[in-house]
Amino acid sequence: MKINRVGAAVLMALLFSAAGSLAVAQSSSITLLGSGASFPGPIYSKMFDVYAKETGVKVNYQSIGSSGGIKNIMDKVVDFGGTDSFIKDADMMKYSAPIVHIPTVIGAVVITYNLPGSPELKLTGELIADIYLGKVSKWNDQAIQSLNPSVKLPNLAIMPVYRSDGSGTTFNFTAYLSEVSADWKGKVGNANSVSWPVGQGAAQNAGVAGVVTRAPGSIGYVELAYANQNKLAVAMVRNSSGKWIDPSLSSISAAAAGSFPKDTRILLVNTSAPDGYPICAMTWLVVYKDQKYGNRSLDQAKALVDLLWWVSHDGQKYAPDLDYAALPPPAVKAVEDVVRSITYGGQPVRK
Amino acid sequence: MNDKRYFGILTGAAILFVALFAGLILTLVANSAATLGSSGLGFISGLEWNPVTLKFGAWPFIMGTLLTSFIALAISLPFSLATGILLGEYVRSSFVAKTANIFINLLASIPSVVYGLWGLTAVVPLVQKIETAAGVPAYGVGILSSSLVLAIMIIPFMSSMTREVLKNVPDSLRHGALALGATRREMVLGVSLPYVKSGIAAGVLLALGRALGETMAVTMLIGNATRLPSSLFSIGNTLASVIASQFNEAESDVHRSAMMELALILLLITFVINFAGRKIIEKSSGGRNGR
Repeated sequence: MKINRVGAAVLMALLFSAAGSLAVAQSSSITLLGSGASFPGPIYSKMFDVYAKETGVKVNYQSIGSSGGIKNIMDKVVDFGGTDSFIKDADMMKYSAPIVHIPTVIGAVVITYNLPGSPELKLTGELIADIYLGKVSKWNDQAIQSLNPSVKLPNLAIMPVYRSDGSGTTFNFTAYLSEVSADWKGKVGNANSVSWPVGQGAAQNAGVAGVVTRAPGSIGYVELAYANQNKLAVAMVRNSSGKWIDPSLSSISAAAAGSFPKDTRILLVNTSAPDGYPICAMTWLVVYKDQKYGNRSLDQAKALVDLLWWVSHDGQKYAPDLDYAALPPPAVKAVEDVVRSITYGGQPVRK
Repeated sequence: MNDKRYFGILTGAAILFVALFAGLILTLVANSAATLGSSGLGFISGLEWNPVTLKFGAWPFIMGTLLTSFIALAISLPFSLATGILLGEYVRSSFVAKTANIFINLLASIPSVVYGLWGLTAVVPLVQKIETAAGVPAYGVGILSSSLVLAIMIIPFMSSMTREVLKNVPDSLRHGALALGATRREMVLGVSLPYVKSGIAAGVLLALGRALGETMAVTMLIGNATRLPSSLFSIGNTLASVIASQFNEAESDVHRSAMMELALILLLITFVINFAGRKIIEKSSGGRNGR
């Protein structure tokens, strides 16, 4: 019995190592390493899987969170980092060499709620801020009722739910609230985790959605992809042009379709685009502008640049199926310029 | 291998252990330097935990940790003692005892995330009903839910310990008590339990240690709010849970440092409780090793 077990273990080990060496033999000698944001994790694994099949270049991406990705690129232990919030000017100084940002897909934070009869709700940014500040604490408050005259709102306490774990979702949600509510900006502010005046926390999108589905009267914020896949009730939000916008892939893409900065570092929340959903967020890959560092080869730099080009072009078609919005044309144009600006020892890698 | 070398290996292992431990403390202290020096005792008594303004105080989490752990202990103690006594004194080797032992051991091996899920689906709705009846905000999650689930998680530690130490009570003592005319109940309460009380206390310490450090299940059940708990139904947070929730995506060094200091505080609490516990055990056993 014992011998059998040992034998089985040895056999397993042999099988695994054989499978491993087979995989190595199939791919080219180049493997690109990346780590960071977990929000785009699903689309990256789809894109990189397809990319490996098409080109033979293996891309290994670990969804360890934006902070981890930023730290890894700073320490130069990966080829690229992934982050849900762009590196601020002040933090750019901390890097030994210039960094460039390549946006990949766009996501949105949606407001979900649990009310008897699941009515369709319209909310403004200021109102959402007031709810999360505890200033509006009943569903039949005049502030909500006046925006939703056709809905019979119950006399029920509002229970705000937030992410207990530090997350890009919270960053973008609080960035939006800070944009639209001076009160929020002064009392709470904007970060991956903040000090919430009211409400309860739950871990990850799943935790927030779980509380909202269970507790009548609750309201929460989750990624659009998560809300779609779980068929949650989602509120329309009024954008800065005064239009009521349902979060959808097209209204998210629209949010980024306005003017686009050359360095692609743009905060999409509270967009001025007339048809854009107001709580959108881009996610980026960050790489060093000059790829000749450490003992990197020109081939490695080329493989990375080709990957970045592919992700922002051919790779985009995989986004909608996974509930991410593709980059609109002005963004793709900006990405092309950024990718062309990447050099190896001062020479452009891709012309 | 000669005796000397054998002794050397043993000593080496022991020294390595102490060194590792010292290293652990040093790491925590070094990494919490940014908040350790600047905010001092204010860090412990501070009520605010704000990653935006970088104001950090640990008091709500310290209270959350202590409250959930001690309430869990209070709920769990009667049940754990009762099962321990039943299995150690009354039905030692019957079919019932064997089955019960298997299940108690299984209880100890359930991953805490499973306890958390069970708490969310079974305990939270129950607490919500109680809260609705009591007329308080029906969060469901909070101090009470966390304590209830923690109580179940720590039962195996105390009941197995009680069972095992009771098995070690010499039969001569039992027979003596019975021969003097004691009933079985009087024998258990008057002779067996006093004989093993330090052993039971050790079980309680073990259980408390588990409750203080429990992370996953509590994170899922406590409501994760930086507020000082004011009642059983309050939502709050614990030291371990804050670290687990926020560390990965902490943006600033000060925030990370503050969490390192939380870890240091948690470690300190565990030490103090363990040390005090040992002292109590020593005193109560009067120098006799209660096993």
